[in-house]
Amino acid sequence: MGVRLDADHRVKGGRSVTSTMPREGRPAPDRPSPGMAGRGSARISAALWRRTWLRATLTLSPPLAWFLVIYLASLLVMLVTAFWSVNPFTNALEHTWTLANFRELFTGTYLSIIGRTIAMAAIVTVTDAVLAFPVAYYMARIATQRGRQLLFTAVLLPLWASYIARVYAWIVILQKDGTLSWFFDKIGVGPVNIGYSNVAMWLVFSYIWLPFMIAPIYAALERIPDSLLEASGDLGARNWRTVRSVLLPLALPGFAAGSIFTFSLTLGDFITPLLVGGANSNFIGNVIYANIGTANNLPFAAALAIVPIVIMICYLLGARAAGAFRSM
Amino acid sequence: MEGRLARIGLRIWVGGVLLFLFVPIGIICFYAFNSSNVQSWPIHGLSVKWFSVAWHDPQVRAAFLLSLRAAIFATVVALLLGSAAAFGVHRFRFFGREAVSLLLVLPLSLPGIITGIALNSAFNFAGIGLSLLTIIIGHATFCIVVVYNNVLARLRRVSGSVNEAAADLGAHGLFLFRTVTLPMLSTAVISGALLAFALSFDEVIVTTFTAGAQNTLPLWVFGAIRLGQDLPEVNVVVVGVLLLTVVPVIAAARLTGGGGITRGSAAGPRISGG
Repeated sequence: MGVRLDADHRVKGGRSVTSTMPREGRPAPDRPSPGMAGRGSARISAALWRRTWLRATLTLSPPLAWFLVIYLASLLVMLVTAFWSVNPFTNALEHTWTLANFRELFTGTYLSIIGRTIAMAAIVTVTDAVLAFPVAYYMARIATQRGRQLLFTAVLLPLWASYIARVYAWIVILQKDGTLSWFFDKIGVGPVNIGYSNVAMWLVFSYIWLPFMIAPIYAALERIPDSLLEASGDLGARNWRTVRSVLLPLALPGFAAGSIFTFSLTLGDFITPLLVGGANSNFIGNVIYANIGTANNLPFAAALAIVPIVIMICYLLGARAAGAFRSM
Repeated sequence: MEGRLARIGLRIWVGGVLLFLFVPIGIICFYAFNSSNVQSWPIHGLSVKWFSVAWHDPQVRAAFLLSLRAAIFATVVALLLGSAAAFGVHRFRFFGREAVSLLLVLPLSLPGIITGIALNSAFNFAGIGLSLLTIIIGHATFCIVVVYNNVLARLRRVSGSVNEAAADLGAHGLFLFRTVTLPMLSTAVISGALLAFALSFDEVIVTTFTAGAQNTLPLWVFGAIRLGQDLPEVNVVVVGVLLLTVVPVIAAARLTGGGGITRGSAAGPRISGG
């Protein structure tokens, strides 16, 4: 037995660790396995076992079919729909090719909406990065094993807690007679009213996506060996210098990975602009929403939905250059 | 390397961020017990009457049942397809594997509105009316990703040598899968399903474009907030939704030692392994 295991290890060493399952060239044990239900199922199972491609096909085709037939095909239909138009009199979708939707995107109104959305996404991303780094640092470097586990759960829990509940909480907090105004009044600043504004949106977005930023930065920091920091200290770097020259560059992939979420999710959100934003809060998301609902212009909504995709492709290419995918 | 002062500063920062994360949730839970139908702070008195009002509201009840049905079906689909996808991508080497694993995480990395508009365009194009089925299709598409991420992360962590040892001892095929592989994966599969349920039950953005005239519970809340109607009921319903999302996630976190509830990243931070 021992010899066999050794031989096995030598074989395994030559291959990638994960591809150990299909064991071609070695006959399957010919006696039926204990607990096997019947001869028929044993035979089917043995037949499946020997044909890797068959097992691969059987395992992968249902999920792949779902993604190709439903998701990818839908994205393609959306792309095509963006080149169609709506009859202004009958409101019916007309399957004639036109670039009118895209031409409209490049007019001042929509360029300023796109610009405003990108600016908001960028500000939210920076805010979250600043808020997240010390927390991630504390979790990775200072907290005990137990504290780290608790903090990790505490940080990620709000991420899954109802999105609509968390947005609503801020409506209640920021409204005219809300908690924040009351609090500022109590400490002597006087009542504040920042509800239904871009400032409110900035706060809410930063709040909602913050855990997306903490988790990957923590993952990146946790991977840095202590010896690097000690070496930095030995070479005479003061604490701040070590953070700036060693930790931050090594944590960059974590920042990039987190920013993909904070940036992308802000680009497409329409709930927050609609519920928390003010009169001037037209963002990509709620303009798409308006075009599906009241305006009933699906082609233009589709054209507008392509904008975040294009922005994200550019962003992802940039993030890949920064090495973001190594910590995803 | 950090001095005493820096440590204190960091602790204060962490405490502040935790307050930032949890105080709004606490406040909203408090509002559910507001006796008045005026929303101002501090609340006028405590009462549980709005719980009963919300529970007996036929609209809320219908929305709740729709959300529940959508979440259960979407979770079942996600459970089967997500596990199969993780298993396939992890076990087999094939042409286009990288592209497949990228495609599988797309619905959670792109804004939900894109999935929503895409599905809406496709249903419109195919002449499929919006129904419970279209809601389930929309939800399952991103729920698959959650199960996929969880199971894949677990598969990467458990070593293949256990399976090899079992095979050497004569277990193979479905028997090996049922008695060795599945027990090692079970908590990851279950926690993935719990997260999928939580995500589906609460989803607004994709649902907006796949539900048509139907109201799921989050859509009812969204509509009520926009119109400024039934806000005392919203206070209560929102806390209900909160509970129905948080409880499964806490269970999932316990099952996986905390590491399983990262969202969007396949290989979550190694928490328990050190």
